[in-house]
Amino acid sequence: MDIFFQQIINGLVLGSMYALVALGYTMVYGIIGLINFAHGEVLMVGALVSWTVIGFIQPLLPPWLVLLVALVVACLVAAALNYTIERVAYRPLRNSPRLAPLITAIGMSILLQTLAMIIWKPNYKSYPTLLPSEPISLGGASITPTQIMILVVTALTLAGLMWLVHGTKLGRAMRATAENQRVAALMGVKPNNVISATFVIGAMLAALAGVMWASNYGTVQHAMGFIPGIKAFTAAVLGGIGNLAGAVVGGILLGLIESIGAGYIGDLTGGVLGSHYVDIFAFAVLIVVLTLRPSGLLGERIADRA
Amino acid sequence: MNFSQMTTRQRLLGILLAAVGLLVLPILLQGFGSAWVRIADMALLFVLLALGLNIVVGYAGLLDLGFVAFFAVGAYMFGLLASPHLSDSFPAFAAMFPNGVHMPLWVAIPLGAAIAGIFGILLGAPTLKLRGDYLAIVTLGFGEIIRVFMNNLDHPYNITNGPKGISQIDPIHFFGFSLGQRWDFFGYTVTPVVMYYYLFLALVLVSVVICHRLELSRIGRAWMAIREDETAAKAMGINTRNMKLLAFAMGATFGGVSGAMFAAFQGFISPESFSLMESIMIVAMVVLGGIGHLPGVVLGAVLLASLPEMLRYVAGPLQAITDGRLDSSILRQLLIALAMIIIMLLRPRGLWPSPEHGKSRKTAEGKNKASAQGSAA
Repeated sequence: MDIFFQQIINGLVLGSMYALVALGYTMVYGIIGLINFAHGEVLMVGALVSWTVIGFIQPLLPPWLVLLVALVVACLVAAALNYTIERVAYRPLRNSPRLAPLITAIGMSILLQTLAMIIWKPNYKSYPTLLPSEPISLGGASITPTQIMILVVTALTLAGLMWLVHGTKLGRAMRATAENQRVAALMGVKPNNVISATFVIGAMLAALAGVMWASNYGTVQHAMGFIPGIKAFTAAVLGGIGNLAGAVVGGILLGLIESIGAGYIGDLTGGVLGSHYVDIFAFAVLIVVLTLRPSGLLGERIADRA
Repeated sequence: MNFSQMTTRQRLLGILLAAVGLLVLPILLQGFGSAWVRIADMALLFVLLALGLNIVVGYAGLLDLGFVAFFAVGAYMFGLLASPHLSDSFPAFAAMFPNGVHMPLWVAIPLGAAIAGIFGILLGAPTLKLRGDYLAIVTLGFGEIIRVFMNNLDHPYNITNGPKGISQIDPIHFFGFSLGQRWDFFGYTVTPVVMYYYLFLALVLVSVVICHRLELSRIGRAWMAIREDETAAKAMGINTRNMKLLAFAMGATFGGVSGAMFAAFQGFISPESFSLMESIMIVAMVVLGGIGHLPGVVLGAVLLASLPEMLRYVAGPLQAITDGRLDSSILRQLLIALAMIIIMLLRPRGLWPSPEHGKSRKTAEGKNKASAQGSAA
């Protein structure tokens, strides 16, 4: 039972990071219908930038402030980067065949990884532990302060995003653009600005997730964005792509499935399948859910594009 | 560049020149070393793969991001049937085949192709209801599932030998004629890479003919109808379920055959060769060249498969100039990424697009530009 509780905690932590990244995927998809394959790389850039910043300011400031400054700088750099990517690689292709921006997104993903390799060298770098590393015991299971931070920050971010989307003018413009760009434009919304704003917000969420990811696992590297990117995309589809709440539900569900699956798959199959098979769990659940509900768990409209 | 506008004589001349060029190419390349012929061989294998994926994505409009899975299935099937691995790890096989399993070509390749085709149907069946990007993620997941199995099926029963891969795979050989050794023809020595070149070239030509015939057939027309508008296609009496399954199965069969060829050519396979990146590169070949258009697909595959290898040779001097800061593999990747982005920005329909593709969507877009997020794949 203790293991079960522990795996739930791990799953929630993992899931909330997936959720942050999945939100970026889902917002972009909801508005321009693009699978932004470079999104995981924005997470990677955020994490590496924060690593560099921490290297500079760690001796000067108290640890929590170091983390905060690193987080803010990472978010700003990621936002500027994603804004540029959208302007350069996606906007010119807005009216092209659908697969064209998909290919530029893949190209961008490779390009960012390559540039990161040139700037930061290809080796793994250890990410400093800034919060106390002593785990806190919690009813038989343990949780580290970093994990608590991840859960709290994600919850606050989600609340903030929900307010942004449902309570502000920009949010209304975003929803209107996602519904119908042309009609939104007739109502005085500037679709291009809204799309840029979406990319900026998505990048900040990804950078946030990147810093959390790096703090949790303790290493950063140029290829670190790939797996979270793919998993977050899976989570977004699982929840119903284009749907914000769906991305959160999908992300947390995927995190829980993975960690509980990893904890029990060995026992369940008598040792035939090990925890290496964890990815199969995630994708198998995805296939089952999509077979039963082709538009994802919370998705309403059938994706009739592509 | 428009083929159909040429006169029959010009066309015939073009075909003749291309044929002579393709036949002489390996002999010319051999002059620079076997490595260059190898590049040509791999390029042809990727052309075969891209032709297979083109059936699924280009004709039927089903975005498949896990195509490399079928390549892997074909390669592993051939690898298991033509190497000592099964006999080494299973006493039962050792009893039956004391010298290792060495199935003849006529068993191994059709079996590899058939199993890949079955996997294609297995993938297709649960995804029939899905469209577009939902399909993309499921196929991506399917590819990953296959890769995880390849990586981990080495215990408790050692079937795939895990990350270590399967080695000592037999080369292609038929009627006592093996492509794995040098042969002398009229005093001229032909190396294995050159022989494989001709084998792969023959396979590519056969595939191009098959694809071309498919494109013009009722089946091809049905696929394109599904691609342009599935609901309308269904209303016109097309059995969309069977047609989609057929597209998956046919595409997968191409993948399986090229996988078997790859295994025989390399003599060694491991899960590393079948990563998601490979799938993505195959999609990129099809899209960069000109989706659904055979000459375009061939062009895209040749470019993306051979350019990175050629850049390897250019990269050396550049690396020296930049004091080793730009590693050759990094530079290669950088240039591929830039090529993908720039080509798409300049020619969003691909380098050599089909003159007809997406026509019906275009008119629909004109009427309702607001909701059109660009036309179909």
